[in-house]
Amino acid sequence: MLKIAKERLNELYAKINESMGLFIPVKKAGEVNYAVWGEGKEVSLETLKTVKSPKNAFFPQTETMMKFKTEGKNIEVVDVRKDYVEEGKLFVLFGVKACDYKAIEVLDKVFLAEPVDTYYKARKDAMTVVTLACSRPEESCFCGVFGIDATAPEGDVTTWLDEAYLYWQANTEKGEKLTALVKDLFEEGGEKEVAAQKEATKAILAKLPYAALNLNRFKPENLNDLFDDPAWESLSEACLGCGTCTFVCPTCQCFDIRDFKTHEGIMRYRCWDSCMYSDFTLMAHGNSRTTQMQRFRQRFMHKLVYYPSQNNGLYSCVGCGRCVNKCPQRLNIVKVIKTLGGKAND
Amino acid sequence: MQEVTTEKKEFVPNIVAFCCNWCSYAGADLAGSSRLTYPANVKIIRVPCSCRVNPMFVLKAFQQGADGVILCGCHPGDCHYVTGNYYTRRRMALLYSFLNYMGIEKDRTRVEWVSAAEGAKFSAVMNDFVKTVTELGENKRLTDLRVKEGE
Amino acid sequence: MKDVALKMIDRAKQLLESGEVARVIGWKKGDFCYDPTPAAFETVEELKDFVYDYFCGANLSKYLIQMSKKEGKTAVFLKPCDTYSFNQLIKEHRIKRENVYVIAVECLGKLDIEKIKAQGISFVTGVEVVEKDVKVFTADGETTLYKPDVVLSKCATCTKTHQVKDEEIILHERPAKDVNRFEEVEKLEAMTEEERFAFWREQLSKCIRCNACRNVCPACSCLKCVFDNPSSGVAAKANDDKFEEQLFHIIRAFHVAGRCTDCGECSRVCPQNIPLHLLNRKFIKDIDNLYGEYQAGETDEGKTPLTSYTESDAEPKDVFNGEAK
Repeated sequence: MLKIAKERLNELYAKINESMGLFIPVKKAGEVNYAVWGEGKEVSLETLKTVKSPKNAFFPQTETMMKFKTEGKNIEVVDVRKDYVEEGKLFVLFGVKACDYKAIEVLDKVFLAEPVDTYYKARKDAMTVVTLACSRPEESCFCGVFGIDATAPEGDVTTWLDEAYLYWQANTEKGEKLTALVKDLFEEGGEKEVAAQKEATKAILAKLPYAALNLNRFKPENLNDLFDDPAWESLSEACLGCGTCTFVCPTCQCFDIRDFKTHEGIMRYRCWDSCMYSDFTLMAHGNSRTTQMQRFRQRFMHKLVYYPSQNNGLYSCVGCGRCVNKCPQRLNIVKVIKTLGGKAND
Repeated sequence: MQEVTTEKKEFVPNIVAFCCNWCSYAGADLAGSSRLTYPANVKIIRVPCSCRVNPMFVLKAFQQGADGVILCGCHPGDCHYVTGNYYTRRRMALLYSFLNYMGIEKDRTRVEWVSAAEGAKFSAVMNDFVKTVTELGENKRLTDLRVKEGE
Repeated sequence: MKDVALKMIDRAKQLLESGEVARVIGWKKGDFCYDPTPAAFETVEELKDFVYDYFCGANLSKYLIQMSKKEGKTAVFLKPCDTYSFNQLIKEHRIKRENVYVIAVECLGKLDIEKIKAQGISFVTGVEVVEKDVKVFTADGETTLYKPDVVLSKCATCTKTHQVKDEEIILHERPAKDVNRFEEVEKLEAMTEEERFAFWREQLSKCIRCNACRNVCPACSCLKCVFDNPSSGVAAKANDDKFEEQLFHIIRAFHVAGRCTDCGECSRVCPQNIPLHLLNRKFIKDIDNLYGEYQAGETDEGKTPLTSYTESDAEPKDVFNGEAK
């Protein structure tokens, strides 16, 4: 294991940035979100939850897919896809928490399954993930429920942060490569401190109020029962139909494709969409889900039942708790699990 | 060896002018038939009444690359629909003040009352507005970068 | 505040038992002490989860658009600020007044859990408020915070009083406050154009276009928003370009100008904590300056500033920084 003094982190960022892009939690106008690092930016690794999840780095909220140029009756289709690896445009996603890292696995199953989403894959291929273990989980955290160990996230490199040092351990080939690049800044050591931090964090995790959520009822065989449960009505009653939960969620993957007219022709882009919106999956005949209750149910059934039934039981919630903190009316997946999850959650 | 010219292109602003059908558009007509000139980069959009102009129109014009937006209607009290331009006056006073609050240059927006008999005023107003906006330079604060891609 | 909550529950019980109302709208207990959810209670049994405390900041009046159209009467608990939104919605014919029974409840200012957490406090188990002291209880003890530091931004400058009530539950007098709600707007006005632009650019660049501000807003009650209408030409879910957010927020602020009651829900719900109320307050301030003081929602009738005029209104070119030259 390697370590670097906290005061020298800026040197580390600068060193990485010499040859690669760097996405890292940055504080801007009071809020911490993942952003491109640059000299003078206020990095905040201590922030437990960035407002938006890091998925922005490899699945941007909006992304151009292609362009059309018209001249007379000719339409030229411009492919804007890039091979970032070939172009040498590699980047590091730094400070990813265990839950958010697990979320990448959830997204991979959607975007890297056949037919592969080439836009997503291009960015993923160019990305090296440096994860950061949690040391101060909060009451809205429940990653443990999904079998995630917040103290030892996976990733190309795993890091731990305490008052004095950042500890660094490479796990994969990509991670080793990155380590070789910055090795001069590090010194050996840290096993003892990391072990101690892990233990202390585990003690907090065990006592979290949501640690004992029970997911047993959320199984494919209960799909119909859950779908027809009358509790959805009261659960969704206060829902505003905004997209906050979906846009802060690290696993939400739905997008819409739209065209935009420029002076040069047409730009076709995709942007995140939210199943909470009234125009979600709008078709010529209208909308498939006409009430907010149906939309609300769709979101949670997808996370807890539909997705796992297609992916060997892997839930598409990772317990990051962003929706718990950010829902304007304080509705969230935990309240759904507790209400519909059966007696074990009482 | 090819000679590299670094001659700077002169900035010619894109101006959108919303003109009401009954006064200002006729004013523009009169300017034309009186052989008065106004710059060719003023693009006139005819509207039934100045109060037909939704703030969205103004913003859309800026999005699509306008550097200045001017709204012309009948003089207050002379509206073909009696009161339309009174509402325009309130709306635009608030909108323009608000845009300035967001940091958009005040001089990029203007409201002028031009009657059908004021061909000379129309020409003078447009010349002056174009001059003002040219001095301000390109609209960079309220524009959609995607629109200008490739330019 | 506990005494108020008990009284509210009692009253709700009576109303439901007697059949006077079919449902009561209030707040339902959450998992923590700080996450109550707006809810409709239809039986006495359900009232066991009813709460009213320092975290019940949500404005319930918009829910009445739906609820007042349901079978039977709906009772609702409205805080002072909520009553303005209620009146405004009545004025716009969005709520059926005869189907609503308004119980005015006291409010001494609501707390913002994010501001409490930002002070490094987590695992909050309860709060106790005595005048300007907020005692925050956690698993490992208690901390006392200064109330003005941790109230919702909408409460910081609120001097509102109930504008509508069928009855009231008010047990404590709210101390009078001497505040200028336009202070922050004035600060921005005093900046240079460049500074203002930089300020809003930085703030709005955080926007994720989740539409929470719009959906929570009682003034935003259009059946179909122009931004959701694919044939409007401006429907966009994207925050792709800085223009998208500007367009959305400018148009939204303008559309509620003269109708916005300054209830502050937009700033409360913003996940990125953009001070959206400063957009609306600019319009309120300009309207006050140019067309005479006007408070939307004070009554449920009459014309709004943007649907009326005088012959001597200021010319747009003479208006600078909200003042007519």
